[in-house]
Amino acid sequence: MAVYFTKEHEWVRIEGTQATVGISEHAAHELGDITFVELPQMGKIVKQFDTLAGIESVKAASDIYAPVSGRVVQVNDKLEDAPELVNESAEDAGWICKLEAADSAELGALMDAAAYAEFLKGLE
Amino acid sequence: MQLIYEKSVPGRSGVRIPLSDVPKAAPLPEGLRRGQPAAFPEVSELDLVRHYTNLSRRNFSVDTNFYPLGSCTMKYNAKIMENVGALFAGCHPMLALIPGGEQLVQGPLSLVHGLEQQLAEITGMDEVTTQPLAGAHGEMTGIMVIAAYHKARGENRKYVIVPDSSHGTNPASAAMAGYEIITIPTAPYGDMDLDAYRAAMNGEVAAVMMTCPNTLGLFNPHVAEICAIAHEAGALTYYDGANLNAILGKVRPGDVGFDVIHVNLHKTFGTPHGGGGPGSGPVGVKKGLIPYLPTPRVVKKADGSFGVEAHPEGIGRVSDFFGNFGIMARAFAYITLLGGEGLVEVSGQAVLNANYMMARLKGEYELPFDTTCMHECVFSASRQLKEGVHAIDIAKYLIDRGYHPPTVYFPLNVKEAIMIEPTETESKQTMDGFIEVMLEAARMARTNPEALHEAPVTTPVGRLDETRAARAQQVCCE
Repeated sequence: MAVYFTKEHEWVRIEGTQATVGISEHAAHELGDITFVELPQMGKIVKQFDTLAGIESVKAASDIYAPVSGRVVQVNDKLEDAPELVNESAEDAGWICKLEAADSAELGALMDAAAYAEFLKGLE
Repeated sequence: MQLIYEKSVPGRSGVRIPLSDVPKAAPLPEGLRRGQPAAFPEVSELDLVRHYTNLSRRNFSVDTNFYPLGSCTMKYNAKIMENVGALFAGCHPMLALIPGGEQLVQGPLSLVHGLEQQLAEITGMDEVTTQPLAGAHGEMTGIMVIAAYHKARGENRKYVIVPDSSHGTNPASAAMAGYEIITIPTAPYGDMDLDAYRAAMNGEVAAVMMTCPNTLGLFNPHVAEICAIAHEAGALTYYDGANLNAILGKVRPGDVGFDVIHVNLHKTFGTPHGGGGPGSGPVGVKKGLIPYLPTPRVVKKADGSFGVEAHPEGIGRVSDFFGNFGIMARAFAYITLLGGEGLVEVSGQAVLNANYMMARLKGEYELPFDTTCMHECVFSASRQLKEGVHAIDIAKYLIDRGYHPPTVYFPLNVKEAIMIEPTETESKQTMDGFIEVMLEAARMARTNPEALHEAPVTTPVGRLDETRAARAQQVCCE
């Protein structure tokens, strides 16, 4: 089970062909209080780095991009009533959706946790 | 403050309506009647006048206070334009469209035509439609015109390019028109990364949308090159006129190489903005795109009179009649009053004011792009953040001191952004007053940050819980 990150601050956890997607702790902190998560349609097919979902906070509305290509097979509908889960637990209970993904070669375009931590240092 | 419903007393009214001496009609069938009478507030005329007068006194507007809301161009509009708008209130728009009606509305038709000509001249375009009812509506119209152009040439292009600093309506309008969006990052000089743009451009791109000067208030020095690169690939160029106030009479987007433009009459041309009135977003195009403009068109006939003609190849209607006519009348008056010389002074003064603001504040506030700005400047509260003070705290403090806060947290590519657009209608004295309060807020961030967290304290309600307001929405009056 491995977690990867994008430069746009999404994370993806790969378990077999299933990819769980969310936004990083850093992104949740930067956005401030999340007020709304626009979950993707079940069955939606996305290519890597396409717009997958949307997220709104008191500061901004942002797109969430697909870290890998795939088809949406599950969404975290708890976020409909409790978007604050993303603030409280961005990289666990605040997951956004699960994709049925196939192409492991795409992971090469992502960062592992250590590389992402380095990347964040560079942003400061 | 009580709601108007809370002031209601059963049976009280402003006028006493005489008893009807007309025989009563048969009542509506039971199933069609309300269970209970509609709950209208019952108040006297005096109750009503006081209620709304007191509400209006709580309103914060350009008429009461300085309103330097970046990216919104909240200039003061002289009251004479309001009078002009009212001149046409008795004229029915249908008259222009019924047989023989044209002759009865030559004045209004000549105004539509005249405004189109003025805007074409100002922007360097060949023809203009006044139909779009707002800026974003203009964008949508412009992109639909572009799509119709490509379609007529048998091309099925898929993408629209926007810089990441663009207003959100740009990608939204293009997506609504069916395009996929390619976003280009901002280069260190503060505008769209030219190399990334060049790499993204290809034969599948329908258009590139630019706002120039951009949301950082910077004029892109590569704008002509950006247009040339698009044209080489067969793509068209769209100029978002949101920031036209900065270049009025100095640069004509059409001369630079833009094919389509929208202008926001409510930003640049002296008509109400925000809650004050409807918007208007006329769209101008170059010659090759004229066939695709919305139908109908106001035309000047050979005998000098004005008529209305169908425009069969166009994208159809995008609004009723000719757009928000009352707003167009105000804009026509504004442009006519100022004339060529006056409009050049508008942009000159707007840019001078923004640069004055920038120069006076940059000692205390971080300026991420430290260069001469156009009509607005963008600071970051990053220095104040070290003391735990956010842009929002400074914004709320300004309310206590009688100023509308500038735009905060936009553009998104500046952390803790504070975006100030003074506009040309503010005096040096007004700006100095605002600057003093901004400098005072910066000093307080060092010495007494807690006080800033508590602001505003002079308003009927203090700091609102914006998160709870957005999460637990309750918009019904019980």
